[in-house]
Parts: sequence; structure tokens; C-alpha cells
Amino acid sequence: MKLLQVQDLAVHFHTRNGIVEAVNGVSFDVEAGKTFAIIGESGSGKSVACYSMLGLVPMPPGRIESGKVLFQEQDLLGLSERALRKVRGKGISIIFQDPMTSLNPYLKIGDQLTEPLRQHFGMDKKTAWQKGTEILEEVGIQNAAARMNAWPFEFSGGMRQRVVIAMALVTEPEIIIADEPTTALDVTVQAQILRLLKELQQRRNIGVIFISHDLSVVSDIADEIAVMQNGKFVEQGDREAIFRNPQHDYTKMLLAAVPATQKKSDIVDAAPLVSLSNLVVEFPGGKGQEKIRAVDNVTLEIKPQEILGLVGESGSGKSTLGRAVLRLLTPTSGQVVFEEQDISEYSRSQMKPLRRRMQMIFQDPYSSLNPRMTVYDTLAEPLLLHKICNRKTLDAEVFALMDSVGLSRESVLRYPHEFSGGQRQRIAIGRAISTKPSFIVADEPVSALDVTIQSQILDLLLDLVNRFDLTMLFISHDLGVVRYLSDRIVVMKDGILVESGSVEAVFEHPTEDYTRALLDAIPGKRLFLDDAAESMEEGTIT
Amino acid sequence: MTSESGSIGSINTALEMPRGTSLWEDGWHRLRKNKLAMFGFFYLLLLILICLVTPWIAPYGYEEQNLRLGAVPPTAEHWLGTDTFGRDMLTRILYGGRISLMVGFIATAVALVIGVTYGAIAGYAGGKIDNAMMRLVDIFYALPYMIFIILLMVVFGRNLLLLFLAIGAVEWLVMARIVRGQIQSLRQQEYVEAAISLGLSPLTIIFKHLMPNALGPVIVYTTLTIPNVMLLEAFLSFLGLGIQPPQSSWGVLISYGVETMEEYPWLLIFPGLALTTTLFALNFLGDGLRDALDPKASRD
Repeated sequence: MKLLQVQDLAVHFHTRNGIVEAVNGVSFDVEAGKTFAIIGESGSGKSVACYSMLGLVPMPPGRIESGKVLFQEQDLLGLSERALRKVRGKGISIIFQDPMTSLNPYLKIGDQLTEPLRQHFGMDKKTAWQKGTEILEEVGIQNAAARMNAWPFEFSGGMRQRVVIAMALVTEPEIIIADEPTTALDVTVQAQILRLLKELQQRRNIGVIFISHDLSVVSDIADEIAVMQNGKFVEQGDREAIFRNPQHDYTKMLLAAVPATQKKSDIVDAAPLVSLSNLVVEFPGGKGQEKIRAVDNVTLEIKPQEILGLVGESGSGKSTLGRAVLRLLTPTSGQVVFEEQDISEYSRSQMKPLRRRMQMIFQDPYSSLNPRMTVYDTLAEPLLLHKICNRKTLDAEVFALMDSVGLSRESVLRYPHEFSGGQRQRIAIGRAISTKPSFIVADEPVSALDVTIQSQILDLLLDLVNRFDLTMLFISHDLGVVRYLSDRIVVMKDGILVESGSVEAVFEHPTEDYTRALLDAIPGKRLFLDDAAESMEEGTIT
Repeated sequence: MTSESGSIGSINTALEMPRGTSLWEDGWHRLRKNKLAMFGFFYLLLLILICLVTPWIAPYGYEEQNLRLGAVPPTAEHWLGTDTFGRDMLTRILYGGRISLMVGFIATAVALVIGVTYGAIAGYAGGKIDNAMMRLVDIFYALPYMIFIILLMVVFGRNLLLLFLAIGAVEWLVMARIVRGQIQSLRQQEYVEAAISLGLSPLTIIFKHLMPNALGPVIVYTTLTIPNVMLLEAFLSFLGLGIQPPQSSWGVLISYGVETMEEYPWLLIFPGLALTTTLFALNFLGDGLRDALDPKASRD
């Protein structure tokens, strides 16, 4: 049964700088009990296509140029704002991307959950509350009755997303639009949420439009997939066809989001460049509470020119470990040895000469660059500080850096906001390698980026590691990403190293349950483990 | 890249560009395109210039009385009329502007320097230092500032410069709070951590990475502080702590004008106009500066 028919929908934005053709003639149907997935990079128009059906795109500057959206025998595009408001929530509801911001922090979970019931159905408070509790139970929140009285901050990211899903379901809509519902979540949580969505959909026989930038996320749940680029569907078909027999180049690129470069993998069997022994980092807890032990008795070594992958969920202490290694914070006890010096108690001035030898690449390229400094200033600063070059050779050196990280020289005087996420990450990488360091900590450097951009950045990192003989601690929550470029993997949970070993060992024979759970959570692992087996056989990773 | 020579050409042209670019120069370029802000800028410049040369261009002396004439509306001899003592209003407004602008700029500069430095250090240091520094601000804030200023006046004698310093020393408290709050939230940004991991010193981080990003609110608050201190000076003068007649300032002229508003409205209108146009110009310039120093504002 067709619930929704979209025909030749086109949405353009009329801005001062000309017309942006955000959505340019897309057609699709959504059927009951089926999932229709739209895959595309940020800016490809996938969200605009869905939001414009519900009148949620600001107009002006947006304008619907053509098309029909048939839902319950009426054209949504022709409806008044009043009539649309009835459709929203009641007929079609939306699950937003970031569960941290889509709940109002000043309203109790129960109040937020029952609001649409009272709005759309005029239920009295008691019945609505009863119904809300049932839904909360259905999305897998334990002890739902008590949890109705909780505040959003008391919930973890995954639980919040469950609440958001419950909010979308509570009015019993026929269609749910899920806009990147798992992008902000850890891999293990993502797997749970995807499973939940699938279950609910089948139980309630609703249609789902699933928007994502990541093809592998939908590999288990989508029935039909459309690949979107520049406002158009470049390929559309059922799941098997898309995955097994992609036609369009862009789809192939999305599927093969694997770095092309390979690590040279000639780890020198020398003294470790970095070694940690019994490292402990504690943070003061709240008043009268115990200290929080973020890193608990960690001992590990990183050999020169090795890439060590550090994997764990958020809150496992992996970022804290990375920062402690660079002495961006002071360890509570234990030793950090870098280039055979125990730096665990070095002062700021003692650290300064070492700073140029060790650098960091941060997760969020939107906050890791000073918005008021041009690329030139950002790259020139470390060069001048560490006297790597003088005023005369500065320009040439900055340009050389930009070449290394693949930024065009014309953009040297631009400010960070004028770049895309991937380009910004290139700037940040350029800053990190500017001082010719021997050791780099990369803290989730690709998790804020689209999949296709991710592989480009991973490629760049590998290339730089090979070219400059870098040693790297690569931190990520995503085992799939880590597998591509690490020589060795350590798995961290609650501040403790639970498993370590070569890439094959961890992937083929994980000894810990936790590692197994992480491996299970890799989206689309069926597809990718086939490839994994092949590349292992080729012996590219030793 | 089409050919070898082409790419070298582009390097050379690009090599010329970076030299001497900074946030401030970029900001100046952008400011010049903002007509309203430039109007404000030139208006203030003109005003300052006129005030500087007032002793040579003023039509009368500022204490020259003509009691027989009394208060008259604007005439050919007295363009802006005269006050009840028969003193020429234009002259008094010009001389008053000298004092008012001086108070406005010097006291605000004092507030700005102390407040920004103090707030930035507290915000960056955080923890116990921040706590101690901000409690001190609270204590100062709780003290009635009048007592503070009166004390200063009594101890050091009545002195114009001291008056400016005293006002500045009162006004910095709010500035310190604003800056501290800004710095505290900016400090969480990863680019600050990146700067630390590059080995930059705390002072460089504060002034190069943090301050430029906290500029917006600071500029806006500064443009609000200037009129504030001008009025504060009028109030102090009214209490006999500020400047004394026959000297005048805009604030003094206005408060006198208010008393005689019904009989001699021009005594209020003209000094009032002088003050409001100055404030408008300041606000235009302030808004323009804020936008010009924000790279996200359009680049064209």
C-alpha cells in the first residue's frame, strides 16, 4: 500500500547570490511497513526534500518550483499552514539527528512526550500520561513510569534518541522521517537504535523515510534506496540492486569508501617512541562525590612509525588518554615517556621544546580552528613560534604545507567558515604537521565528516604518515575506520584497556565480549567483512 | 594546474598577498565599505578636531557673561542663543564638548583596559583564581561607587584627570564580568587546546586567540559605556564633585537645561542634540566595527 507519493518535487532557494537548486525533480513512493532510504552528502538536498513536504523549509528564500506530494488523498504542497500542522506529528512525524539538542532541557520527559497527544487529540492529562508511559516502554526504556518524571539531562545519548523516537511514535503516525537519527551516536548505540526502528516499523506497519550520509548504516534496514547528489536522485532501486550492482559512479564511490593508499607498515623494531606505564587520570567529581577515574592504570607502548588504533565508546576515557599523552592535562599518577624522557611531571616551559615534536588533530573541525584567523595565520603561527622558518621563508613554507594537505593556494587568505568540514580538517592537519612532529594524536579526526570525505581524509593521513615517517595514536569509536589504517588496535572500556593486539587478531579472534559487541555494531558489516577477508589475504596488513 | 609556468605565476601573485594581512587590516577594509559606520567615524573625528581647536575658533569666551542680555533664543550674534547669564551657548557647548569627550574616551579607555585584562585573566585561569578574582569584583560592585569617588576626591583633591580615572575605575567591573564570561566559554573550544599543544604561552593565547573572538560584546558594551560615563560626570558635577562653573560639560549643560526647559527650551535642545548625535555616531561606528571584525559577515 502506497502511503506517500512524491512526484517530480523541486525546491529552489532564491538567495542574493543566485538560485540554489536544492531539490531538482525527485519522485518516490513510501509504502507501509517499508523503509525508503535517501543517501547523500551534506548539502545534497536530502533533508530539504523531506522538510519541504511538511512546509518546514523557510519560504522565502525557499520556493517549491514544481511537484506533487500525495498523502491521504491530498496534495501536501497545496495545504494551508493550519492544515499542515495537523499532518505534522499526526500523519507524518520526524526524528531529528541530534538527541542532545532535540529535547527541551527544561521540560520533563513525560511533559514533552504527552504534549503532542494533548495538542492533536485533546487528551486529558491522565490518559496522555498513561499512553506516554506505554510508548516509552515500547521503545525500550526500563522502568518507564518513573522515567516519565526524569529530566533530559539524566538520559544518555542513546536513551534520548529512544525518547525522541517515542515522541515521533506517540501520535501513531503513518510515516516517520528519520533524519540521520544515528549520526550523533556511538556505533554500539547506533546498532541498538537501528534495530529498534526496524522492530517498531514492522510491529506498527508504518512507512519510514530514512535520511543518511552513510550507505552502510542503511544496509540492514532499507528496502529501497535512492542515492542523491546535487538535488537529484542519481540512482534508485531496491537494496540488493544498489549494493550488489551499483550503476552510477557516485554510488560506487560511496560503497568503496575505503582509503586507496596503504600503509607502508615497516614498523621499526626499536625502542618505543611513546610508552605509558600505570597511567591514571582522575577528575574531581561533584561535591561530596568520589573522583572520576577516566584513565585507569593504562600501560602501553607505541613504536616509531606505528599507527596504534585506540577504540572505545564515548566516555571510555580514550580522549583523556590521548590528551594525557600530549600532557594537555596532568596525569594523577603513572608515567608518560616520550623520546626517552619522562614527561609526566614536566612544567609548561619544560614541555615547550617538546611541543613541536608532538601534535594533535581534533575531532571537530568547526571548533578546532580560530574563526578569526586566516589559513595563513593559522599555519604561520606554529612555524614562527618554533622558529622553523624566518619571515622570508614563511610564505613558501605555508604554501608547501597547503600543498601537502591538498588545499589550493588561492584560499590562503580565507577564514575557516569559508571552507567545508573536510577542507577545515585539512587545515587542522596542516597545522599539526607544520612543526614536523614525530608523534601525532588524532582524536576522532573523521567522525564529524561525511563518509566520502572521511575516506579522503584517512587517505591524506596515511599519505602523510608514510611521507613524514609519523607515529600516530588514532582514536576512534568506529572499528571500521580504525581497521583501515592501524597496525595495532587497543580497546578501551571504562578507562581500562580490555584488549590489544594486531588488527587481524582483534577482528578475527576477539577475546573480550566487549570487543565482540563493538565488532557486531559495525554498520553493514556483512558487506564489509567480505572485503575485509579479501584484503587480509592479500597480506597488506602485517 | 595547466602548465608549470602558470602555477609559478600564481605562487608569485599569492606570495605578495599574505604580507601584512591581519584581522585588523581586513576589518578596516570592511569598515570602509560600511557607509553608516564611516559617517559615524568621520563625525566623531570632526567633533574631536573642533574640540581641539575650540579656544581659537570659539566666538566668545566661555565665562563671558552679559547679564543685561539674559537668555535669548538663537540670533545672528548668538547662533544657538544665550543662557540666563547671557553666555553664548555655542561657545559653551564647544567647551563642554572638550570635557565630555575627554571623560567619555579616557574613562572608557581606563575601564576597557582594566576590565578586559582582569576579565580575560580570570576567565582563562578558571578555578580558584577565577573565583577569588570575581569575588573581588562582587565586593567592589557592592560598595556604593559614590563613596569611592568622594573618597578619591577628598584624598587627592579635585582634579579632572583623577575624575576620569575614578569613573573608569568604577565602570570596569561590568566589563570584567562580560569578558570573563566570554573567555570562559571560548576557552572550551578546541582551537584553544590546539594552541596549547603548539606550545603557545597563556598570554599569547589570551590576546591572540581568545580576545579577538570576544570582541563583539566588548565593542557593543564600550559604545554603551561612553554615554554612560558622560552622564555620570554630569551627575558628579551636579553634586559638586566634578567640574565647576563657569567650566561646563554637555552633561552639566543638559541638567541645567532641564531646569529651565519651560522658559528657555534652547538651553536643553542644543546641548541635547550635541550629545545624542555623538551617541548615534558612536553606535554606528560600534556596530560597524563589530561586523567588520567578524570574518563571517559577508566578505564582498
